[in-house]
Amino acid sequence: MIEVRNLSKHFGDKKAVDNISFKAENGEILGFLGPNGAGKSTTMNILTGYISSTQGKALIDGIDILENPIKAKAKIGYLPELPPLYMDMTVKEYLNFIYDLKKCKLPKNSHLKDICNLVKIDHVFNRMIKNLSKGYKQRVGLAQALVGNPNVLILDEPTVGLDPNQIIEIRSLIKKLGKNHTVILSSHILSEVQAVCDRIVVINEGKIVADDTEDNLSKALDNEHKILARIDGEKDKVLACINELDDVVECSVDTMSEENVWVYRIEAKQGADIRRKLFTCMAENGFYILEMKSSELSLEDIFIKLTMGENLSPISSNKEVEN
Amino acid sequence: MGAIFRREVLSYFTSPIGYIFLAAFYASSALFFSIYSLEQGSTKLDVVFGQLMLILVVLIPILTMRTISEEKKNKTDQCLLTSPVSLFGIVAGKFLAAFLIYVLGVAITLVYAVVVSVFASPDWTVILGNVVGLSLLGAAFISIGIFCSSFTENQMVSAVVSFVVLVVLYLFSTIAGLIPVEFIKKILTSLSFLERYSGFTYGLFDLSNVLFFISTVVVFLFLTVRVLERRRWA
Repeated sequence: MIEVRNLSKHFGDKKAVDNISFKAENGEILGFLGPNGAGKSTTMNILTGYISSTQGKALIDGIDILENPIKAKAKIGYLPELPPLYMDMTVKEYLNFIYDLKKCKLPKNSHLKDICNLVKIDHVFNRMIKNLSKGYKQRVGLAQALVGNPNVLILDEPTVGLDPNQIIEIRSLIKKLGKNHTVILSSHILSEVQAVCDRIVVINEGKIVADDTEDNLSKALDNEHKILARIDGEKDKVLACINELDDVVECSVDTMSEENVWVYRIEAKQGADIRRKLFTCMAENGFYILEMKSSELSLEDIFIKLTMGENLSPISSNKEVEN
Repeated sequence: MGAIFRREVLSYFTSPIGYIFLAAFYASSALFFSIYSLEQGSTKLDVVFGQLMLILVVLIPILTMRTISEEKKNKTDQCLLTSPVSLFGIVAGKFLAAFLIYVLGVAITLVYAVVVSVFASPDWTVILGNVVGLSLLGAAFISIGIFCSSFTENQMVSAVVSFVVLVVLYLFSTIAGLIPVEFIKKILTSLSFLERYSGFTYGLFDLSNVLFFISTVVVFLFLTVRVLERRRWA
């Protein structure tokens, strides 16, 4: 179990982490999501005792990382952003070194073999780390975190540098590990967090902006029913027609996509489905609906919404339209 | 500590540094041995030991330049600092590994003593005292080198800084001679590594000199731990 209470870290004047608190229970995979420079790695470095916090506490299975670092660190497996590999060692030497460093009590050979099978590095076991590809280095880094079978796994962007097949493998591995470990995983890849994590903590500029399951996050933010429609017709007339429809709360013109074709964002009342009405109305007035889709919030939108605040930029809406 | 010690020793021999250090040490000590002992027909090795101090000023920075700076550069310190090992354990492991390589170098002087003993019996106690003195001096230099290495990510910077520091320490007694103020002169002389080490080469086994070098080691290893600690709080 990991518990963070009112944690802050200042680098000079900059508040890298600003008074955050969260908890991860046993058997839970917590996704740590945020744009670059949001404070994800800093938080993880504090949790693992690499740097200290300015304020607040970080508890690993109830042990304070600053008060009793050696005992707390023994419970953590950490894969930093850049895997901490010694390039002049073979995988075998390196994992043996980590095993000794962590003062493991498990049977050495079989334990290391199990880990290598798990992350699929058994066939490069005797090769020098510097000769391995980035994906394999990442896996050796993951293997290093798993040595000693620690209760808590802290993984900083674990799938960086892997090819798509490997990413799927590693994700399913993390899911498997999550059943009997506490896992904290940071990422700025939304689909990854979506695929792997039970709970998501979104962090931006050092502050937690959301902490919930993905479903709840979508629900909380997606409280209005929106439609995006691409309609061929004179802009003002179309707009007037739409605004006359029942249940329409607001309609705005987004962009012109082709000659005389505009994209409209239509917001309806809660629970109302206006798609059929819209179709009939447009057909009656001689306008052509070229495309119509409901714009449900994906994790991507949640992320942008949470991290950009009110300034939902036109760039994001344009993208949605083009998609 | 054991794991770090073993890894460090291994890395001295998987990288060229261990070989370069030992080769340079063996070559220069052999040169001094042949010039000051064999050529002179003398059984005394004290001049050889005396000259070796200057060699250490150059070679120890090579031995210690990467100890901590390379870990910082490759971010492998993240692995060490998040493992259940104390900071002192990390620093001590690194110190002992460098010291072991150094002792492998110093051991060559015993071979020279054996060579001398073929011609005439040398004064074994004096030679032993010299070996102990050289080892202690090296230990003190290594701790200073590791301390310098903890400040930077760059091996070259680390090597140059420790080289400059060691040169200054080497020149302490010379600097002391230039200072007219009596009590500063006294302080500098008592801190002079050259003076302290010369005691050993003269065949004097003074406990205060032994303690001087041991406390230097302790102080600089402690300061290195503080530097690492402080960085976490920065």
